Amino acid sequence: MKQFLEGSWAMSEAARLCRPGVVSAYPITPQTHIVEHMAEFVANGKLDAISINVESEHSAASAVLGSEAVGVRSFTATSSQGLFLMQEVVFNIAGMRLPILMVCANRAISAPINIWNDQQDSIALRDAGWIQIYAENNQEAVDMIIAGYKIGENPKLMLPVMVCVDGFILTHGMETIDMPDQAQVDKFLPKYNPPYKLDVENPMSFGLLGDPSVYIENRYALHKTLEESLPVIEAVGKEFKAAFGRDSVRLVEGYMLEDADVALVALGSVCGTIKDVVDSERAKGKKVGLLKIVTYRPFPREAVKKALSKVSTIAVLDKNISLGAEGAVYTEVKALMGGCNKKTSGFVAGLGGRDITEKTILDIIELAKKEENNCKFMDLNEKLLWEEFHVS
Amino acid sequence: MFSVLATKAKTASANKTGSWRSLHKPKYLHTNCIACNLCKMVCPEGCIEGKEKNKYDANLDYCKGCGVCAYICPKKDIQMVGNEEKL
Repeated sequence: MKQFLEGSWAMSEAARLCRPGVVSAYPITPQTHIVEHMAEFVANGKLDAISINVESEHSAASAVLGSEAVGVRSFTATSSQGLFLMQEVVFNIAGMRLPILMVCANRAISAPINIWNDQQDSIALRDAGWIQIYAENNQEAVDMIIAGYKIGENPKLMLPVMVCVDGFILTHGMETIDMPDQAQVDKFLPKYNPPYKLDVENPMSFGLLGDPSVYIENRYALHKTLEESLPVIEAVGKEFKAAFGRDSVRLVEGYMLEDADVALVALGSVCGTIKDVVDSERAKGKKVGLLKIVTYRPFPREAVKKALSKVSTIAVLDKNISLGAEGAVYTEVKALMGGCNKKTSGFVAGLGGRDITEKTILDIIELAKKEENNCKFMDLNEKLLWEEFHVS
Repeated sequence: MFSVLATKAKTASANKTGSWRSLHKPKYLHTNCIACNLCKMVCPEGCIEGKEKNKYDANLDYCKGCGVCAYICPKKDIQMVGNEEKL
């Protein structure tokens, strides 16, 4: 049924429809509304789950690690500093192969403290062994939560899934959402039946000491399985489309790429703005297109390479920066397209909630066409930089 | 695709920890042993077996090579030798 909903509300409604048995909650802007609504559902009897108010994000992640390990579908959400406080547990969850689903409301990282949006938080945890998918809008976020459980809980995969949504832009944005009903979701997402769990009737242990004789095999197993989850993500995406009619869950989305000369590459909500720019440029006869990377981990190398095979100029827009190097997505796209004789540029924009406007995108297109830029920061306030920060 | 690294519950003796051993291992000479049992009693791993004279031995599946048995032996009938030496 179509409803006009705030993003956080829609995401918590989607999580509720998946019937998690445990939800752990610790507030952090801009994620707070999500777990707040989950607690409301539990309190109002709309969700048969245990809602645990913990004392930190480290505990929020640990609580769902424990519940998932005993075979209970679990949900949590976080942001920014909260995700960083969870970090060691986030790696543990992947190493123990527990298919938790977590929403990351993307927010900038301190210092200076900043509650607004960029994607530095989840990008910094891209190496943790989680499947990471990035939503462009709230409908996609809702769909990714429902499909995400089905992907992660595939008994051959057993991988945690992070649904990344741009803080404020999505979490606090109101949008019309086609919300599936409970019967549809129950049909699509079967009861969680893990192939292993902590059980006193059948004692076993995982996440225990892995000495040098087994550790590297364990990492290889996780890496390989994560890579091999790509076809599963595609298959579940197709299954989702058949059941709900939407193509939200996939590896990449090409927009006007078939005959494009210039391709922008980006993740998340900024793709909406880029699509508008692509439309207006196309109206002027300029061959511009967009490659939206939906699944960022595992990195869909073949799909990206195929989508960019015909363009001559690539402009990667990163809402993150690997300080001292360049934008994370740019590094990977450049490495992938190396030797293909294409002009591949990287741009950093929108950090800490700075708006990425249509003008920003147009400037990026012009700069990318002119020469190869490696790590060009967009929309810098030069006056502020030189007058306040500059040390001669 | 690969599964998680998990182990079934078992007793501690199923974990053969002898691979952690330091560079040395005890060599029982079996010549002057008086079956005083001291080596067996001081072994921190409890991995020495034997009752009769010149019949004691350390179970190398668990021995860590600490050398306490050789140190305590009143007859100097245990020598620490390199791990690579064949016994």
